Amino acid sequence: MQTHFSAEQLRDSDTAASNTVLRTCVHCGFCTATCPTFVLLGDELDSPRGRIYLIKEMLESGKPATEPVVRHVDRCLSCLSCMTTCPSGVNYMHLVDHARRYIEETYTRPWPERMLRGVLARVLPNPRLFRLALRAAALARPAAGLIPTGTVTGKRMQAMLSLAPTALPSDSPAQRPQVHQAQGVKRGRVALLTGCAQKVLAPRINDATIRLLTRLGIEVVIPPEVGCCGALTHHMGQHDPAMAAARAAIAGWTREIDGAGLDAIIINTSGCGTTVKDYGFMFRDAPEAAQAARVSGLAADISEYLVRIDYQPQRGAPGLTVAYHAACSLQHGQKVTGAPKALLKTAGFTVVEPRDPHLCCGSAGTYNILQPEIAGQLRSRKLANLQERRPDVIAAGNIGCITQLSGSDLPVMHTVELLDWMAGGPQPSGLAAGGS
Amino acid sequence: MISLPEPKAETLAKRDAIIAGLRRILPDSGVIADAARLKPYEMDGLTAYRRPPLAVALPETTEQLAAILRFLHQEDVRVIPRGAGTSLSGGALPLADGVVIGMMRMNRILEINYDDRFAVVQAGVTNLGITAAMQADGFFYAPDPSSQLACMIGGNVAMNSGGAHCLKYGVTANNLLGLKIVTMEGDILDIGGAHLDAAGYDWLGLLTGSEGQLAMVSEVTVRILRAAEGQRAMLAAFRSNEIAGACVDRIIGSGIIPVALEFMDRPAIHACEDFAHAGYPLDAEALLIIEVEGSVAEQDDLLGRIRAICDDFDPISCRVSQTAEESAAIWKGRKGAFGAVGRISPDYLCMDGTIPTGQLPLVLRRIGEMSEQYRLKVANIFHAGDGNLHPLIMFDANDPDSFHRAEAFGADILRLCVEVGGCLTGEHGVGVEKRDLMHHQFTATELDQQRAIKTAFDPGWLLNPAKVFPLVAA
Repeated sequence: MQTHFSAEQLRDSDTAASNTVLRTCVHCGFCTATCPTFVLLGDELDSPRGRIYLIKEMLESGKPATEPVVRHVDRCLSCLSCMTTCPSGVNYMHLVDHARRYIEETYTRPWPERMLRGVLARVLPNPRLFRLALRAAALARPAAGLIPTGTVTGKRMQAMLSLAPTALPSDSPAQRPQVHQAQGVKRGRVALLTGCAQKVLAPRINDATIRLLTRLGIEVVIPPEVGCCGALTHHMGQHDPAMAAARAAIAGWTREIDGAGLDAIIINTSGCGTTVKDYGFMFRDAPEAAQAARVSGLAADISEYLVRIDYQPQRGAPGLTVAYHAACSLQHGQKVTGAPKALLKTAGFTVVEPRDPHLCCGSAGTYNILQPEIAGQLRSRKLANLQERRPDVIAAGNIGCITQLSGSDLPVMHTVELLDWMAGGPQPSGLAAGGS
Repeated sequence: MISLPEPKAETLAKRDAIIAGLRRILPDSGVIADAARLKPYEMDGLTAYRRPPLAVALPETTEQLAAILRFLHQEDVRVIPRGAGTSLSGGALPLADGVVIGMMRMNRILEINYDDRFAVVQAGVTNLGITAAMQADGFFYAPDPSSQLACMIGGNVAMNSGGAHCLKYGVTANNLLGLKIVTMEGDILDIGGAHLDAAGYDWLGLLTGSEGQLAMVSEVTVRILRAAEGQRAMLAAFRSNEIAGACVDRIIGSGIIPVALEFMDRPAIHACEDFAHAGYPLDAEALLIIEVEGSVAEQDDLLGRIRAICDDFDPISCRVSQTAEESAAIWKGRKGAFGAVGRISPDYLCMDGTIPTGQLPLVLRRIGEMSEQYRLKVANIFHAGDGNLHPLIMFDANDPDSFHRAEAFGADILRLCVEVGGCLTGEHGVGVEKRDLMHHQFTATELDQQRAIKTAFDPGWLLNPAKVFPLVAA
């Protein structure tokens, strides 16, 4: 596609990278068909192709972002379904990441939204603050009905409260910085990203991951420097906090790589995995470029790694049907599609998939708080498609989706919890049938 | 360079009133009128020509569509119908004084009737969406343009779209039973219906392929078919485009009708392999994808006969897909071929000439020569069995000279198609792209007769004007 950047503009590394992305797009429109917001809203401007064009015009102009452009870029889930569909290989992720940063730096949002975003960006990546906030939310929940829903802010407040769990699980000591020794013969050594929000919302996921890996002979290290990977603020366009968080993580993992060595950096929140795998690009012009690229190269989703070390169950088939919900960050962001399903089958489950598996559930990081209406429609649609397959349980590889899809009759858990169970771990709570 | 008519000053002058009128009919989200948000609507799949419209209207019902057309007719405003905006001939290219009516919100399937084998869908349902809704029950809608994932059935009707499997099943026109249309005056008419033929004039035949110039389509009744027991694709690799072209001619000449017979040359093979990882032979100069269907015995018999013909043309390899996944990858690459060319060139012009299959070797050789003459690379990906060529001329829109050469190259190819007994367009429509070449195909009298039909439906020439016919009156 034709672009109009000046030589001066192209000296900026981000603009040059975006120009390359734009020049790859041939405007064929295939991406529109698999974009959740286009399917729902039926407007070119809410499709990837429309957004690409809006972003192109915004970047070319060099002027501050305007409300109409921000509106449509904000509605993008960053689910990256368009990247799976695109025949031309357009890296929409890098383009929209750049656009979000450009918007953050040039556009002043209305103050209630500015505050909300500020709070989200500060609280969610910080487990201590997040825990406090969730306690407060639990207290505020009975008053949720009093919030007027006539305004966008009101709707967002309601969405936030409805996402907060009623009972907060207690912290798990296993996910604190330490080294978990391998059981039996040591077959490998990995670092585990314990995450930020997940750690608070569902420590059981890290527990299951650590139990399973150590039982399979893998030493699991949790470096103290590594907190949030930066994905959350990165997706909100907040460049500096995102880079700072990522830099700390790179430093922590690099120390381990150069020390006792790492076979992989295990990530069990696929939203984070997509970003960690992109560190190489994010730090391409930074002094840490080589280290970042090495970290990205070692990053692996837990399902990828379990396939690599030949996961096998220890228990008999449980006679349960699992509906596998493919998190967008996993299926589109990382192109990990076969591994989780293959593992669940190996573990003895009957695996089914919903129709339109490529469509996002609406979670998308902070999207379900910032765009509650679209997120709500996508959630209903996804749940109906999952329930149609009559499963006993829904499995997903991302805490965002797990939170978003919880609350119906069906239990929702992380794939690794089911795999851990079948390999000798405890039965996840909330499952009806027992293992044989 | 394509020229567009001067915008009507009186229309531009009452822009605000037109937008206010649209807002009385549609909800806020259904009317787009600010410059920033009109920009992405300035073109369709033909990126060489761009023009932001006066406004965009997005109706959700036939009644809203009728109300919009009635209002715009009354105000004497030009209209540009748009589906998914995937046209490669600029069929949905806007005009500065025109209102784009986008049909994307009318995306519901209204009825599927397996007993009588038809489905009624709104114009904004995607082509693949129709098949997806009935696949589990073993039925499908046959025409399958390569953009079928995204393109919408209303646009398929407007362009009489084809596709790889039209070799056996025919194009859109052969698979339609009825239409609900809205005239420029805002009248809602039903044409045909859920039965094979209608009494009186063949209105369906007239409206199909009329490029949004006679009326707008709001609902379509399509013929649906039961899927075959099974299908397999063969990949036959050859040492030159001409040899592969000759092989196509022999297969068709022998009386075999495969479901699909597709051609890809070396640049296309490599770009598509990069995207789809289908295992295309990378050592080939030209590749034929030949698909057969039916019972296993039927498939074996046809594949055996086709293989014997291919063997006469010294193939580099012949491979039959063994699994459904393998076939899916082969088609994913073929259907994504145009987009995949984006991997090797920032821009392309996609031609759509159709020729008698006997002329394939000659025309392919001439295209190769012209490619050198114009110093532009070309990728050939097309429906060989139908003789429907799609040379993709690669250029760089940031380099105006390369664009002008690409335009001239394209025109030469299409003139050649007409010279050897073919025509300007197989399935993409004339649009704006081939408009000025129409006098190579038709005499002045023939064009005048066609214009008279347009005038009968739309005396004010408000519906998708400046397309199909050369601007200069004959």
